[in-house]
Amino acid sequence: MTLRPELRIIADMVADGSRVLDVGCGDGDLLQHLAAQRKVDARGIELSQAGVNACVARGLSVVQGDADSDLADYPDSAFDYVILSQTIQATRLPREVLRQIARIGRRGIVSTPNFAHWRMRLQLLSRGRMPVTEALPNAWHDTPNIHMCSVRDFAEMAEGLELTIERTVSLSGGKARDVKPLSPRANIFSEAAIFLIARKDERRRANGGETTAAPSSAARR
Amino acid sequence: MPDDRAQPQPTERTQTLRLAGPRALTLDSGQVLDEVTIAYNTYGELNAARSNAIFLCHALTGDQHAASVNPLTGRSGWWDLMVGPGKVFDTNRFFVISSNVIGGCMGTTGPKDIDPATGKPYGLTFPVITIRDMVRAQVLLVDHLGIAELLCVAGGSMGGMQVLEWMASFPERLVSAMPIATAAKHSAQNIAFHEVGRQAIMADPDWRGGHYLTDGVFPSKGLAVARMAAHITYLSEAALQRKFGRELQDRATVSYAFDADFQVESYLRHQGRSFVERFDANSYLYITRAMDYFDLAADHGGQLSQAFKWLKARVCVASFTSDWLFPTIEAKRIVHALNAAAANVSFVEFATDTGHDAFLLNIPEMFTTFRGFIDAVAAHRGVK
Repeated sequence: MTLRPELRIIADMVADGSRVLDVGCGDGDLLQHLAAQRKVDARGIELSQAGVNACVARGLSVVQGDADSDLADYPDSAFDYVILSQTIQATRLPREVLRQIARIGRRGIVSTPNFAHWRMRLQLLSRGRMPVTEALPNAWHDTPNIHMCSVRDFAEMAEGLELTIERTVSLSGGKARDVKPLSPRANIFSEAAIFLIARKDERRRANGGETTAAPSSAARR
Repeated sequence: MPDDRAQPQPTERTQTLRLAGPRALTLDSGQVLDEVTIAYNTYGELNAARSNAIFLCHALTGDQHAASVNPLTGRSGWWDLMVGPGKVFDTNRFFVISSNVIGGCMGTTGPKDIDPATGKPYGLTFPVITIRDMVRAQVLLVDHLGIAELLCVAGGSMGGMQVLEWMASFPERLVSAMPIATAAKHSAQNIAFHEVGRQAIMADPDWRGGHYLTDGVFPSKGLAVARMAAHITYLSEAALQRKFGRELQDRATVSYAFDADFQVESYLRHQGRSFVERFDANSYLYITRAMDYFDLAADHGGQLSQAFKWLKARVCVASFTSDWLFPTIEAKRIVHALNAAAANVSFVEFATDTGHDAFLLNIPEMFTTFRGFIDAVAAHRGVK
């Protein structure tokens, strides 16, 4: 099984043997990869029933639900990583979703299409119509992407939530490279970006400041 | 004690366990049963490591004949589609156990049995039992079979309630659990339907205050009406419409009388008639009561997630779109509580118009999903 390039980069951000929640896990390709190759305790949330059934039939632990309503059920720091791949722009309340991700995960890995990519800017400027590209092929009236943002927008929202962006990977023309989240170049040339985020308190803890015991819920597993 | 009834499948064994002695089984009500018989069936072979045992919990009117021909009705077992060689609960790989619940009427001690203290049938002197009492009896059986850990405990409807009770009360004995088409508490509407059934039984003059066995009669009419009302709740409006519509039974026009003009009436009457041939009226009172009393959150300080605090088992919760008796929202409540307890849970909802009974029916997507779950659990536990 080969992962699509974005998922491969996300998988590489995950430490072996960790606890992972993939929000919007689809047919479970990433979870399957993480469980089989990386000894990860992999869980998923998926909106489509077909996706959920496919995942459970593969032996994965997946529940039907969505990012907007179901993240609130999980306890604090229940996972080492919470992954949200190309989904945050389709949620009703992206800021709340990101806050929940940071609450239930020690780290969050969030990817988003970049609405400030130069092709988007050019289309809007030249045609005066909402851009339609290969990466975002839907017309404005039938797109599931109701909250589009730019790389910079996302970085600023994360900052506003007291989150640290530990890594930003820019995706463009099938290539990936590390960038600074607020780099104007990255905001123009990224088709999409992947952010590795952490709560500021979690980062202090990880840096050896405190020796906080893992919460009982996570320690039991 | 082995029983020498016919064995339609080579691997099936029909047996009974007799426990006698003071306080053989202490019940939630505080009452005790000094003599308890548990009728059970097993399918397949227990492996040397004793790690391949799966316990199946039956629903309200089910019994220990999960996958074998029921000797009383001559019909195949209630989960025949799920249990057998090569099926989801593959008897070539797993040792499958199913027992009749306490309070039942298929061999396990219940109200129709003789009270050793009086020499007469218990009738209404049988103690009121709970879902947890049923599970306690199952634990005694599993102990008797020398099984420390069940690879899976599975069941639908009231069977699902027992699965939830296993998860809450005996979490250390489970590798996995499958509560299907069930709820962590019986809803007001469901209690209401049960009360209609009980009142129908008790309104039958032949019920005789529960003494019908001593008097040599049987409240067939009341029990049949109880079954008819309950049977409607197991289906869905869409399924009834699809199966029967307004079709007439053996006639071209309505009779302007109260015969079973409509096919749906004839069908329900048949359901009622066949039910009274196999089920005890007092058992029906007791078992419906046990379901009514079930409220797992209330048993754990009002918070369902507390019930699952010690659970390490993998859980697969399942519901069906057209089930209005145990609707998907009830399954989601269980899932939310499991998530809050950081349990390892999967949740699937199957699209079908067949209503609550769907878990007993041929739904290939359900089989595929359940097979994936149980195979992953077996692989995880090293069961070949």
